[in-house]
Order: sequence, then C-alpha cells, then structure tokens
Amino acid sequence: MSIAADSDTLVMVENLVKYFPVRTSGLIRRTVGQVHAVDDVTFSIPRGKTVGLVGETGSGKSTLARCIAGLIPITSGKVTFEGSPISGLSRRGMRPFRREIQMIFQDPYGALNPRRRVGAIIGDPFAIHGTASGAERKRQVQELMERVGLNPEHYNRFPSEFSGGQRQRIGVARALALRPKLIICDEPVSALDVSIQAQVLNLLSDLQQDFGLSYLFIAHDLEVVRHVSDVVAVMYLGRIVERGPQDLVYGSARHPYTTALLSAAPAADPDAAASRQRIILTGEVPSPIDPPSGCRFHPRCPKAQPLCSETEPLLEVKAGDAATHATACHFPVEAGENLAAAGRSELP
Amino acid sequence: MSISGIEFAGQQAVAAEAAEGVAKIEGRSQWQLTWRRLRQDKVAVGALIVILVMIVLAIAAPAFVAITHHPPDTAYPIQGETVAGNPVPPGTAGFWLGTDGTGRDLFIRILYGARISLFIGFVTTALGTAAGVTVGLIAGYFGGVIDTILARFTDAVLAFPYVVLALALAIVYGPSLPEMIAVIAFFSWAAIARVVRGQTLAIKEKEYIEAARSLGAGPFRIMFIDILPNLLAPVLVLATLYIPTAVVFEATLSYLGLGIQPPTASWGNILEDAANFYTVAWWYVLFPAAALLITTLAFNLLGDGIRDAMDPRTERVLAGARRRRRRTKLTALVDRAPGVTAPGGN
Repeated sequence: MSIAADSDTLVMVENLVKYFPVRTSGLIRRTVGQVHAVDDVTFSIPRGKTVGLVGETGSGKSTLARCIAGLIPITSGKVTFEGSPISGLSRRGMRPFRREIQMIFQDPYGALNPRRRVGAIIGDPFAIHGTASGAERKRQVQELMERVGLNPEHYNRFPSEFSGGQRQRIGVARALALRPKLIICDEPVSALDVSIQAQVLNLLSDLQQDFGLSYLFIAHDLEVVRHVSDVVAVMYLGRIVERGPQDLVYGSARHPYTTALLSAAPAADPDAAASRQRIILTGEVPSPIDPPSGCRFHPRCPKAQPLCSETEPLLEVKAGDAATHATACHFPVEAGENLAAAGRSELP
Repeated sequence: MSISGIEFAGQQAVAAEAAEGVAKIEGRSQWQLTWRRLRQDKVAVGALIVILVMIVLAIAAPAFVAITHHPPDTAYPIQGETVAGNPVPPGTAGFWLGTDGTGRDLFIRILYGARISLFIGFVTTALGTAAGVTVGLIAGYFGGVIDTILARFTDAVLAFPYVVLALALAIVYGPSLPEMIAVIAFFSWAAIARVVRGQTLAIKEKEYIEAARSLGAGPFRIMFIDILPNLLAPVLVLATLYIPTAVVFEATLSYLGLGIQPPTASWGNILEDAANFYTVAWWYVLFPAAALLITTLAFNLLGDGIRDAMDPRTERVLAGARRRRRRTKLTALVDRAPGVTAPGGN
C-alpha cells in the first residue's frame, strides 16, 4: 500500500526495514539471526500535523524514529523528506537535513550532558551548524530558553540543577534551535510526573502552532497520544497494524490488537470502566528474532483463524472505513463486536 | 498575628536560604565542587602545600644560589670536604645541608635535582595523558577493528618490561633527557588509555551522545566536547598518581647511571653517589632520599584526595550533613519566633 506524496506530505516512509544482526560473541562473530525491529513500514507525516506512534515496549517505535532521524542506517526501504531521499545518506550528506529533523528524547536526565552548561547544550546546534556565535548565540539561546518557559538567567547552570520537567524543556529548546520542520518526540513525557506531562505537552502544542512544526510522537500512553495526535499508527512487533485519523482509531478500532490495547487503558470515568469489556491477551509478545508466520499477532489474537497463521494481512482500507483508515487484519473487528467473549478457534 | 509571625519568620528563613542557595549554586561547576570538598581533606591540603613548596623551591633554586654563593656544579675542596676528602655535615661553612662527595653544596644540588625531577614528572605525565586520552577515546568511540588494534597495542605496552627497554635504549643511544622523557611518556599512556576507553564505551551509549549525533556533530566534536568532560575526573586522578611514578622512574634510571648524567644534578644520580658515602655522611643519603620520598608521597596523597573529592558517594554524605544542618537552623529560627503555638494546640 502506498500513499500518494503531495505538497502536504513532509516525510514519506516507504517499506522501511531495519534488522539488527544477532552475533555470537568472541573473536569471530558469526551472524546467527536477525532482530526484525522494523519490518516493512510505510506511512507519511503530513506538514504541520502530529503523527502518533503507539505500541508496546519492543514493538520497534524507537528504532523507527532513529531510522527516520538518520541515527542508524536502515536495512532497506526509503525515507524521503520534502521529496528528497534521506535514507542512506552519508553524515555529510545528511547534514542539511539535520537542521530540518530534530529529536526530543525520553529520558530528560540522560539526554543532557551532565558536564556541560545549559547555555552550551542549547547553543550546540548553532555551534555545529555555524549559524550563530559569541554574543549572538547567547542571545538566541536565551530567547529559546524564554520561549520554552525557562529562566534565561539560568544560562550558566548545569542540567543537574533543573527538575525533570525543566530538563525536558531544555531538550525542547535544543531541538527547536535550528527551526526544524519535523521534531521526532521519542516518549517525551513518559519519564515525567503527570502534572508536568501536561505542561510539556501544552508547550509542544503551542510550539507547533507558532512554528508550524510537524511531530512524530512516540508513546506507549494511549491517552497522551490521543491528546496530541492528528493521525495515529499502532505498531506491533515491527509492523504497523492499524493507521488512521486519531478519532477513527480510538473511536472505531478495527484491529484486534488496537481494540485490546484500548480496552487495557485505564479510564478516567469509573462507570465507563466498569461497563467496558476488558480483553485479556494471552501469552507474551513473541521474539522479534523469530516472528510468527502470517499475521504476527495471530498467536495472541482472540479472533485468529487458520488463515492468519498462513498469510500475512496487508495494511489496507477495510470495507466501510474511511479512505484514511487502514488495518492489517484478515478479520477486522466489527462495530459492537464483543472481543472478550470471542471464542478462540484451535490453530494447527 | 502570631501565625503571621511564624509565617513571616519562616518565609524569611526560607528566602534567606534560597538566596544563599542561589548565590552558591550559580555557575558552580564540578571543579568548584571538587575543590570545596578537597579543602575539607586535611591530608590532601597538606600534600598540595608540600607539592607547591617543592615547586617554588625548584623554581627559586637560582635565588638560593645567589644567597649561598654556591653554584650547583662548583666543588669546594677546601671548605666542602674534610681532610679525608669526605663530605662535611650540615651547617658547616654555609653548607645548609652539608656537601656531597665532591664537595658541592648538597642543598643546592637537591633543589636543582627537584627541577629535573618535577620537570620530567609533569612533562611525561602531560604527554602520556594526552596520548592516553586520545587513544582511549578513539578506540572506545569508533570500536570495531580500530578498537581491536589499539586495545591490543595498549595491552602489549602494558605487558612490556619497560625498565629493560629503557636500559637498552640508554645503552644503545646513550642517556639523554629527551630520550628519558620519551621512554617514560611512552610507558605511561597505556593505563590511561585503557581507563578512558572503558569509560568512553559506557558514555557513548548515553542519550546525550545520540542527541549530539542527531544535531549533526562529527565524531571528533563528540569525543572531545561531549565525552571528554565526563572523563576528566578519572583522568585527573590517574595523572596525579602518574607524576610520582615518573619521578621515581627518572630517579631509578639516573641511579643506574642511565638517566641524567653528572654533573647535572638529579635525585637519582645524587643517591647513586651517596651510596659510596653512607657510612660517613648520613645527610648525603638522607636528604635527597627524603626529598624523593616526600614528593612522591605528596603526589600520591593528593591523588587519593582528589579521587575521594570527586566520588559522587562522598558528595551524598556531605549533602546529607548539609541538609541536616540547614533543617536544624530552620527549626531554631521558628522556635525563636515570637508567640509560637504548636499547630492544633488551642
């Protein structure tokens, strides 16, 4: 399934594959297997919008983010930024695109060098790309600090003198420095207190409006993704299983995995929580070294049929769905269907 | 009123604490923290003072020549030797620490020996540290084949019997100062490289390194701007501990006659000559040996002190004590506030 690229598309990811070789230890390191971290993923990031990427730990979300940011080489596939391919570029070739694509990291403690002052950390992008130096750099850094809600007087402090939320603001300021078009947020709030999460999310959405930013927003918190995203993609074991506008994916999920994820999320309203059918998935997430045949979700799927273990379902628009809502499932969930009660047929 | 009194006093106290805290925190770097902690360590401070005194004495050696009118290489066969041709004891005829076997001023010669020893100690350590840090960073950061080659080379250097090589070189090319510096530096980078490599391997996996890469930073910028500042603490400790090793190595080679050649004074060659006179002139052995011992001991103690001061665990202990003190101060302030009533008591 391919998406037509148009001027509203900022980033196109086509058939992206990332395998990590599994090697034996020792002097002669034979490759004994591949971790299928990201397997044939296609999606696009529209200009000025937020694409939410949800999935469990190990589903390949962060690997996908790093592939798009050009931090790790991809195994195959193609990433294009505003029509120019950026996958497979050398460090030098990638340089102009680094200004356009920035990252915000999960761990606000690990993402800032503890031995460097905040002014130097936020000033790094200017120094590396040679866009401002000396007093001009300091002025721009302080402007950024003010913009993300930090006191510019704290220019000479060390990261250890800030709280988690403030540190994440430092990370945001650094990402914002070169006025990028896309910011990849790799679980930017999962390490923060809930009250601080809201502040950082609001900051991100303010910045999006002011600068027309696009976000690729990775999280495992479904509510956070629902709050920020225009488009949502659900990943399972390196593949996108469902993709569509936020209201459709959350309102009428078609993939059994999405349905199960949504049913597991805690609800704010206890009445709704009580009336909801919780779908318990059996088993563990299979190893990405040896993913299941056919549909990767079939060993845990309450609706699995023999076909599911034989043929891999394509990510396609199902009958009756909007043209933007695609699901990779042979037997998508129908409206009103009770998955929790679904009998699991015996598999060969 | 009483309540507002408490609040006022409390707020004032908090504000004062905060103001004090801000003033202290502002721009306090790792080095300032280390220095603050090092100052608490009496042994380390003592060692530092000894080292500074030794450096000042070494630099001021010509000034002492001017005072005593005894140039380092001038022998005084009349005043400086007994009738039997032995050294004269300390205090005799203006020789503060006595004379050596040829009737030269021992004090002046020890000072000139300090110049050589400290110069070699600092220069070889600086060279060895620079080389060790560079090799360690490159091996750790790039990994792969580069790491394998550099790490095995490091191991080979560490395993090499360096005294034997130093002796062989001195015999083949003849002893000289540059050669000695080269040999000592060559054998001091390897241990530093190994430590730096290990630390680099750990640090390069940190998210802030990935952040630097995502900004487009090149490998050398990452190595020297992002990784190196995190390594300075262990490197500084190692370097401080390497200085005395180099000083002793110099003394060893000179003692064996393969280092600094007479008449240039060095602690090693003074001791070598002193060995001929130890039965008749205790001062000739004692003072140069004491200078060597005190210097190396001071560097070792200082290195230990720096290591303790940089250990984050020590910080936590001190921070805990500071917090406790602050709490007591606050409580005392509140107790003193007028009209304090216990909460709920009414």
